[in-house]
Amino acid sequence: MLRIKNLSKIFHKDQPDEKIIFKSLNLHIQKGEFVTVIGGNGAGKSTLMNLISGSMFPDEGEIYIDNTDVTFMPEHKRAKFIGRVFQDPLKGTAPNLTIEENLSLAMLRNARRDLAFGINKENLAFFKDELSKLNLGLENRLTTKVGLLSGGQRQAVTLLMATLIKPKVLLLDEHTAALDPKSRDKILELTDKITKDEEMSTLMITHNIENALSFGSRTIMLKHGEIALDLKDNDRAQMDQHKLQDNFNF
Amino acid sequence: MGVLISTCAQGLIYAVLALGLFITFRILNFADMTAEGSLTLGGSVCAVLISNEVNPALSILIAALTGSLAGLITGILHTKLKIQAILSGILTMIALYSINIRIMGKANVSLLGKNTVFKIFKDNQISNFVVGFVICVVLLEILNLFFKTRLGLAIRATGDNEQMMRAQGANTDFKKILALMISNSMCAISGTLISQSQGYADINMGTGTIVIALASIVIGEAVIRKNLFLYKLIAVALGAITYRFIIFFVLNLGMNPSDLKLFTAIVAAILLALPNVQKVIQRSVKSVKN
Ligand SMILES: Nc1ncnc2c1ncn2[C@@H]1O[C@H](COP(=O)(O)OP(=O)(O)OP(=O)(O)O)[C@@H](O)[C@H]1O
Ligand SMILES: [Mg+2]
Repeated sequence: MLRIKNLSKIFHKDQPDEKIIFKSLNLHIQKGEFVTVIGGNGAGKSTLMNLISGSMFPDEGEIYIDNTDVTFMPEHKRAKFIGRVFQDPLKGTAPNLTIEENLSLAMLRNARRDLAFGINKENLAFFKDELSKLNLGLENRLTTKVGLLSGGQRQAVTLLMATLIKPKVLLLDEHTAALDPKSRDKILELTDKITKDEEMSTLMITHNIENALSFGSRTIMLKHGEIALDLKDNDRAQMDQHKLQDNFNF
Repeated sequence: MGVLISTCAQGLIYAVLALGLFITFRILNFADMTAEGSLTLGGSVCAVLISNEVNPALSILIAALTGSLAGLITGILHTKLKIQAILSGILTMIALYSINIRIMGKANVSLLGKNTVFKIFKDNQISNFVVGFVICVVLLEILNLFFKTRLGLAIRATGDNEQMMRAQGANTDFKKILALMISNSMCAISGTLISQSQGYADINMGTGTIVIALASIVIGEAVIRKNLFLYKLIAVALGAITYRFIIFFVLNLGMNPSDLKLFTAIVAAILLALPNVQKVIQRSVKSVKN
């Protein structure tokens, strides 16, 4: 599904402050796989997601989604394959538009943004349905401006928007880090439910080692521009949090 | 009564400009300085066409298209050549000064004795009012409908959160360019109406108009605080009319006309700062209570 080959990314290349983030990164993620990503600050986790989503381009290497070479495809073009949720709850929604307007935009991800009416009445029942699954009472607030919602509510809406049209790859960059504990649990629970989809591959960055091991089916650790650890199946089941933490600090 | 109508008529003409700037300053979050240039561009193109006996309505249409070209250039400077928003607009505006003089061949063009859209009724004031009203309402409704379409919604969302729109697969550069084109064609239309109602186009007719439009927008927003998009547009139009009445009032009180720009700038500054000042006051009241 997602294939990364010999990826290299260097910031400020050939300058005194040159910074090599990836030298030759290889990663292959299967269809339906849910991979958690860990690594210290500055390990390049967010950079990896920026390269996959196209908000940055690599210096070398290739990125394939479902056998389509997307390495240098503009961000808005490859967005049809990719759903994304950022750490900052403010980043994923348009605050001055209503919930139904935001969701309508998400429904248009693969459609032409033409002169048809922006809000399709036939979608409203679907929106209500999907919103009610969040259990936040948002299904009755379709015409509320998103800017008036709490961080947790906004992040839930963002998660819904990222997956309303099922992407091939879902990228979650510490998407619960800015939330209070209660909202965090709620969003993680939603994430778990949404990622059960067998057609969608997910990458979730987290600093919480416990979550990294308990969510998804595979865990990778980024360190010094490489995948320092790739845990699956039995190895992962036997790995305990403290052992991994030690490994992390090494 | 006559004064009332002519002040309203003036306001309606400037309402078109204010609606144009509402698109860039408020919807797109883009401080577009092109506006003053494209207003003069519209006024000059229209005046030259009309003085060559072209139909006034057709002249307005052509002028609107030239305005959209000005917006296109600012949009390309900003999105493709990565020049700061404010600078892109200033560059186009400055360039337009020379272009406008070339279009007119001199610093002004008179429309004395020529046909204009305002010459449908015998009475000048009634004509100005009726024509201004019809044009303003039609444009307002077109904008209202447009910003409810998928494309319009995408433009609003681009102004609101560009990063999110890119993640949602939208070509945000295109959205910005399009919004700038629409906005500047509105400015140009306003310019055509100004030159037709005053009877001449002048190279300096755009100077200071951005501040007038901004003052109109903030006055409108202070009066009508509804969230519905249509009401926001109506607020802007009413703000422009209100602004004309305020000007009429202070001139009657004896203000020197050359002080008007200073007065407008102060009013706009106060109204723009008001929401923030209110916040600071509320916060300090809270902290005193605690
Ligand atoms: N646009 C950029 N230009 C220059 N350097 C950058 C840029 N983006 C990231 N970096 C640098 O690259 C390194 C990796 O950053 P990145 O954001 O990918 O780390 P991360 O693993 O997500 O860290 P964190 O856990 O703190 O979020 C950091 O040292 C950062 O300063
Ligand atoms: Mg990061």
